[in-house]
Amino acid sequence: MSLNYARTAVALHWVVAGLVITLLAVGWLMTDMAVSPTKLQVVSWHKWGGITVLGLFFVRGLWRLTHPVPALLPMPAWQRKLAEIMHALLYAMLLVQPLTGWLFSSAVGRQVVYLNLIPLPNLVARNPPLGAVFKDLHDNGATLLALVIGMHALAALKHHFVDHDDTLRRMLRWHAN
Amino acid sequence: MRASLALAPAAFAVAALAADGNLDLQHSTLVATFRQQAVSIDAPFRRFEGEIDYDPALPAATRATLSVDMTSLDIGDEDSNAEVRKQPWFDSAHFPRATFRSTSARSSAAGRFDAAGELTIKGQARPIEVTVSVQKTGTAFAYDGSFELSRQDFSIGDPSWNQVLDDKVRVHFHLLAAGH
Repeated sequence: MSLNYARTAVALHWVVAGLVITLLAVGWLMTDMAVSPTKLQVVSWHKWGGITVLGLFFVRGLWRLTHPVPALLPMPAWQRKLAEIMHALLYAMLLVQPLTGWLFSSAVGRQVVYLNLIPLPNLVARNPPLGAVFKDLHDNGATLLALVIGMHALAALKHHFVDHDDTLRRMLRWHAN
Repeated sequence: MRASLALAPAAFAVAALAADGNLDLQHSTLVATFRQQAVSIDAPFRRFEGEIDYDPALPAATRATLSVDMTSLDIGDEDSNAEVRKQPWFDSAHFPRATFRSTSARSSAAGRFDAAGELTIKGQARPIEVTVSVQKTGTAFAYDGSFELSRQDFSIGDPSWNQVLDDKVRVHFHLLAAGH
């Protein structure tokens, strides 16, 4: 089994990473903005970005199912276990976080219209108390996601600077598919 | 005994009000539908009252009045609800209510009539015409219809919003009132 990631996998990883980190930052900033046309625009971008991440989750899932994932580099069993748990948690949050956002938007009566072009179905009927529940889930999910991403990044840096292994480098390498 | 005696006039009063065509507020809805970019949003008015005097035998004699509490528009979040009460929008501190008063009505088809009247929002009165469909439900009548208004006509809204908020707003009503 190759120890390298295919270009597609590397590209998907970094596109999603860039999107998610931007979405977390925009999400935090927009929550405190006063109601204005600008806020409306920013909230729309946030929703479109989130739906894009949701779509890419399935693209990545399909890629993983059809292509072997390079094995983890040699490391102690406890680290391997932890890495597997963190990766599972990351993938889970990349699915759950866009979904709670979409559910929140549906429950407060704001249909998501992707890129102002494609109206997405409301996942639940308008129900403001339920909307408040989804808002909480989405807010707390953002905190959890930020924590997991932070740990993921710290672990990668630790492998690079402390263990001097190939973990981070192979996710940066533009290897042929 | 004392209680039932005290209640009797109250019950009579309620019956009289209902017979007068007062709206059944539990079962009536008034919803403004507007477009924010490509997103269509339904915002119900939570408080309004009115009266419809309708006789199927004499549709031309129909009279209707409606008075809407402009602070009761529920867009879906408190920030937006507070925004829309401000001076550039409803200015509900100065104009707490919008009203409709019919001036004439004529039957257009079975179960339908066209009502003309005066709609006053933010102190500005404009003539409107609306087609109403009527359906008898038990002892009451259900009146359904919708009409479109232009925010600009009533000076509703900060111009900086025009890029993201359509000028046209459609108002849907489903009003239930006791008939003759």
